[in-house]
Amino acid sequence: MKMAVETATGTGTLPQIKGVKEVPYDELFVSGHRTCQGCESALVMRHMVKAAGPRTIVLGSTGCMYVANTTYYSTPWVVPWMHTQLGASGSAALGTAAGLKVLMRKGKLKDEKINVIAFCGDGGGADMGIGAISAALTHKEYDLLVLLYDNESYANTDIQLSSQTPWGAVTTFSPTGSERRIMHTRWKKNVPGMLAAGHPESRYIAAGCAAYAVDLMNKIRKALEVGGPTFVHTLDPCPKGWDYHPQYSQELGHLAVEAGIWPLYEVLDGVVNLTGPTRQIAEGRKKRKPVEEYLRRQGRFAHFTKEDVEHFQAEVDKMWEEWLIPGVIPFTIPQKDVTLLNIDKKKPLHATA
Amino acid sequence: MSELLQGNRACVQAAIASGCRFFAGYPITPSSEIAESMARLLPEVGGVFMQMEDEMASLGAVLGASLAGSPAMTATSGPGFSLMQEHIGYAALAEIPCVVIDVMRGGPSTGLPTRPSQGDVMQARWGTHGDHPVVALVPASVPEIYELTSLAFALSERLRVPALVLYDEVVGHLREPVDLGTLRLSRAERRRPTVEPSAYRPYAPDADLVPPLADFGTGYRFHVTGLTHDEAGRPTEDPAVVGALHRRLQEKVARARDDVVSFAGIGLEDAEVVVVAYGIAARAAERAVTDARARGERLGLFRPRTLWPFPDVELRAVAERVHTIVVAEMNLGQVVLEVERIVAGRARVEACLRADGTALTPDDVAHAVASAAGALA
Repeated sequence: MKMAVETATGTGTLPQIKGVKEVPYDELFVSGHRTCQGCESALVMRHMVKAAGPRTIVLGSTGCMYVANTTYYSTPWVVPWMHTQLGASGSAALGTAAGLKVLMRKGKLKDEKINVIAFCGDGGGADMGIGAISAALTHKEYDLLVLLYDNESYANTDIQLSSQTPWGAVTTFSPTGSERRIMHTRWKKNVPGMLAAGHPESRYIAAGCAAYAVDLMNKIRKALEVGGPTFVHTLDPCPKGWDYHPQYSQELGHLAVEAGIWPLYEVLDGVVNLTGPTRQIAEGRKKRKPVEEYLRRQGRFAHFTKEDVEHFQAEVDKMWEEWLIPGVIPFTIPQKDVTLLNIDKKKPLHATA
Repeated sequence: MSELLQGNRACVQAAIASGCRFFAGYPITPSSEIAESMARLLPEVGGVFMQMEDEMASLGAVLGASLAGSPAMTATSGPGFSLMQEHIGYAALAEIPCVVIDVMRGGPSTGLPTRPSQGDVMQARWGTHGDHPVVALVPASVPEIYELTSLAFALSERLRVPALVLYDEVVGHLREPVDLGTLRLSRAERRRPTVEPSAYRPYAPDADLVPPLADFGTGYRFHVTGLTHDEAGRPTEDPAVVGALHRRLQEKVARARDDVVSFAGIGLEDAEVVVVAYGIAARAAERAVTDARARGERLGLFRPRTLWPFPDVELRAVAERVHTIVVAEMNLGQVVLEVERIVAGRARVEACLRADGTALTPDDVAHAVASAAGALA
């Protein structure tokens, strides 16, 4: 008997946005939340659902965007919304997408494109929920998007360290002191790179930032458009956790990208495409800013000495100069194997437009 | 000298003073201060603080550290406590000492993260599957958190059981003047094997039914498994061996009962009505009882400091003398079931319950007592 393998497909209802003027007017994430002043994650939520449109179901695991958006007796969500337990964003998205699909197949629900987006914070996604996200990304027959909003700490429970907290940053779990200046000595886990490298059934994985709103909205749309299980990771400056004045959130988002700490890119069907200033830096049209400009703006790095800044800079330089795919895939090739693996070090590894 | 100490901080200081040198945890309200204080204080005494990716991992790391030889603990609240249940069962069967602090908040699910409850008390007893021994202590004040956290380490290490300390958000965040010098500190002492490594049978018990535990890496080769096992630690399905193992696990705690079980009482000698309450509910009950006694009413308080095993013999003796027992707790009726079972008709048992995210008040208890007395008249 011949078995048909059903795969999910997009429908072409979410075209790419060419400029700010094309951004939909409708707000689907409105007032009624109690996020902090200057919260970039709230902006990610707003852009995410604006880009996805009204036929969207949003799920989210415990974290800032759950707690602050569901304070008692109020909600900012215009679209249907469900809380999932910590670590369950991948599995909740999978179940929801599968449920919709079977109801549509049986004719119990109108057959139409309904976007399923599950968000999670860096704690709920990169730490606790990575297994469920990984599992969801293997189910190619279901349309779902997992969005990881990364404010680099457990900000909701008062700034504890997560696997996304950058090297050396102060959190309540990594306080600086006279005995040990740097308590957090691990480099940030590379979540989008890891997911892109290891999930052949996921057609689309991207890294974005709300400071580049149109770029982010387009990534959301592309993720929903290509269909199947997809993943978008955003870096969200957090005034409370990063310790800066709320008015500088956008600026810090720009600096993270311009200093090359947070490269913007997407991987569509295995092809890496750098976007925004990251592409300009890679193409040599823009100079990478020193990380110091980014670090010195934040209280969480206030204890950094010159050596600490140099170490941070060296690690970022390594991402750009030695990684197999700059900023994306952290493998380096020993010089003796460059010819063996047929690698042309002069050729840019990113796909050209 | 007294100092002002928060409940969660007292827990940390007691753990470190009792020999805890390893903490693995995951932030969760209202227990996060425990992890935060551990992150600061453990490195100062050469200990290890480790943040894990979730609560399953937290207790997993604690069990590993414990087998490596260090008294170890984790702390959490309801949702995390649920995730830890499988490892609690593993610790019970594989007899790995560990201390788990559960700062109770309103549940189920996310519930009321910043509000108190006593909803996890039955989960502490039966949350993990299968018959298993467990020790659960329920402090009602900051000084008592200090004493009972310390006791938890002592019991866990001595009996090789998971020891749980349950207190609610109010006690956890309460700040009270504490004179640490006057409080009883129990020392965590683990019995190591005295035989040659080749003669070591890791699950062969001593006279107290507790087997000595070798530290990993000290030359004693042994096999730790979540499968039922024989005295050598090898998995087995032999009904005789399995049955004996289960009975020994229960019996080792039962034999140590007098060192485990404790309670406090007020006016139990002449009371006609007795309130049974633990944790913060007992503080409200205490006020209701002392006020009533000042008015000449014969009201008493029975306050378990150990919930599992329950001070059953002691409560039964009280039940012989009183006509009514009122169980005051912040859930929809959990320990009251155990009290009914223990009292078994010797006295009337009434419940004074609150499960709305707020703490019981002395008035609640006084009203419940009055209505119990009214029903009698």
